[in-house]
Amino acid sequence: MDNLLNLLDKNCRMKDEQLAVLLGVSADEVAQAIAAYENKGVIRGYKAVIDWDKTDREYVIARIEIRVIPMRDHGFDEIARTIYSFDEVETCYLMSGGYDLAVTVAGKSFKDVALFVSQKLAPIDAVQSTSTHFVLKKYKERGILLADKEKDMREVSLL
Amino acid sequence: MIDYSSLLSQKVINIKPSGIRRFFDIANEMDNVISLGVGEPDFRTPWAIRHAGIVSLEKGHTWYTANAGLAELRTEITKYLERRFHLSYHSKDEILVTVGGSEAIDILIRACVEPGDEVLIPEPSFVCYSPITTLTGGVPVPIETKAEDGFRLTAQALKEKITPRTKLLIFPFPNNPTGAVMRREHLEEIAKVLQDTNILVLSDEIYAELTYGSEPHVSIASIPGMQERTVVVNGFSKAYAMTGWRLGYAAGPAPIIKQMTKVHQFAIMCAPTTSQYAAVEAMRSCDEEIQKMKSEYDMRRHLIVDGLNRMGLTCFNPEGAFYVFPSIKITGLSSEDFCQKLLYAQRVAVVPGNAFGDSGEGHVRISYSYSIDHIMESLKRIEAFLKTL
Repeated sequence: MDNLLNLLDKNCRMKDEQLAVLLGVSADEVAQAIAAYENKGVIRGYKAVIDWDKTDREYVIARIEIRVIPMRDHGFDEIARTIYSFDEVETCYLMSGGYDLAVTVAGKSFKDVALFVSQKLAPIDAVQSTSTHFVLKKYKERGILLADKEKDMREVSLL
Repeated sequence: MIDYSSLLSQKVINIKPSGIRRFFDIANEMDNVISLGVGEPDFRTPWAIRHAGIVSLEKGHTWYTANAGLAELRTEITKYLERRFHLSYHSKDEILVTVGGSEAIDILIRACVEPGDEVLIPEPSFVCYSPITTLTGGVPVPIETKAEDGFRLTAQALKEKITPRTKLLIFPFPNNPTGAVMRREHLEEIAKVLQDTNILVLSDEIYAELTYGSEPHVSIASIPGMQERTVVVNGFSKAYAMTGWRLGYAAGPAPIIKQMTKVHQFAIMCAPTTSQYAAVEAMRSCDEEIQKMKSEYDMRRHLIVDGLNRMGLTCFNPEGAFYVFPSIKITGLSSEDFCQKLLYAQRVAVVPGNAFGDSGEGHVRISYSYSIDHIMESLKRIEAFLKTL
């Protein structure tokens, strides 16, 4: 049922009946498979992709590169947990390369985010340095275009 | 004053212009039209292929190639035909690279058909065979295929149309517009009819890679005794989403390819060089990309067949290409009326079945070369339209 996950990854609002037709199985089988994925933690949740720029919400996000110093009994996972526990943190990844944790932080304003970094992140003992980059514009989010849709350029009059 | 009508060939003037053109010109003028009309993939050409084209340009490979096509590409084509369809050809004298499958069809008909020769054309089918035959002075002889036979060509129907003047059988499977596929057992039946004749087969296999179900496409040329009397036409447009690159090929007996190459040489010189370099990459590294696109089409196929059948537009289950060809009998409308009314009422554009031959009347062609969301929205609109009838 890998195709089921691919379909849900694109659009999780499709009804079980529609998914069943696409996959050539019964709606019950789809429901069971989804339940099993949820139980196993393969499916972790369902969220809409929202272009907040088109709403009244004041919303800025920043990507923060964090270098940390892992210590005995206090490895990356523990440090990450401290950091991702803040509500402001939307994503938190352990990275290879020049820094250790990549964190996306959301706030109402640039100042909001800056204060979060200076007051909450930077003081954590294990945090060695932070580098904050504000997002200016989102073009694509989780595979969905936020920029203008591309026009279908295909010529219909050719058979 | 110059008199154009006396300058132009009567044969050309008499070719019926496609009614579809006018219809889609109207559709193009309207706002918010959802089309299910196109006959090409919605996917972009896989990046590896586009990149190979770019690299060939960077290197300055901008000259003509050999008339028959790059030797490298012809070799890859023979390997591909062997790998995918168990067909074995010599790259040197049995392969001709053409400007799309269309050119291969054109020059094969021109190389073979003389005035009065009959060309058998199963219908409904793609629209080019009959006018090209007419231009050579040949006589197109349609063979009706029927929904109850899964729109397959039957041995019986074929036998009935063979005369001493029959020279060529057009064999367009997987079929545009019906989605019909000829499986091995059906091909064997056809081969039995042809084996004692001197009829050549033009097997248009442009949709070969888009054959659904557990059994892959079988080429009629792979049926014992058929390779010597078959020219396989295939290309890159549908399988690799490369329509705009205009690249196809013919594979067949050397004596025929030799004469086709002459026509090609004088009309075209050679297929586009950049496209040929890109195609080498396609054949070397993109089998997996084909499977990805095919599995996406397959899901859409399930969705659209189910949706149409639910609303009473009975739909034979297509096993190939990316079209469905539902019957619109329940509406009591002609194909063209149905399409026009659907366009004006719900702004959905589909193609009337009679565009593909008289036997397509009573059907419409719907392409599922569109995203799932696009198809779901269209189905909603078609259903709303049916409720108003």
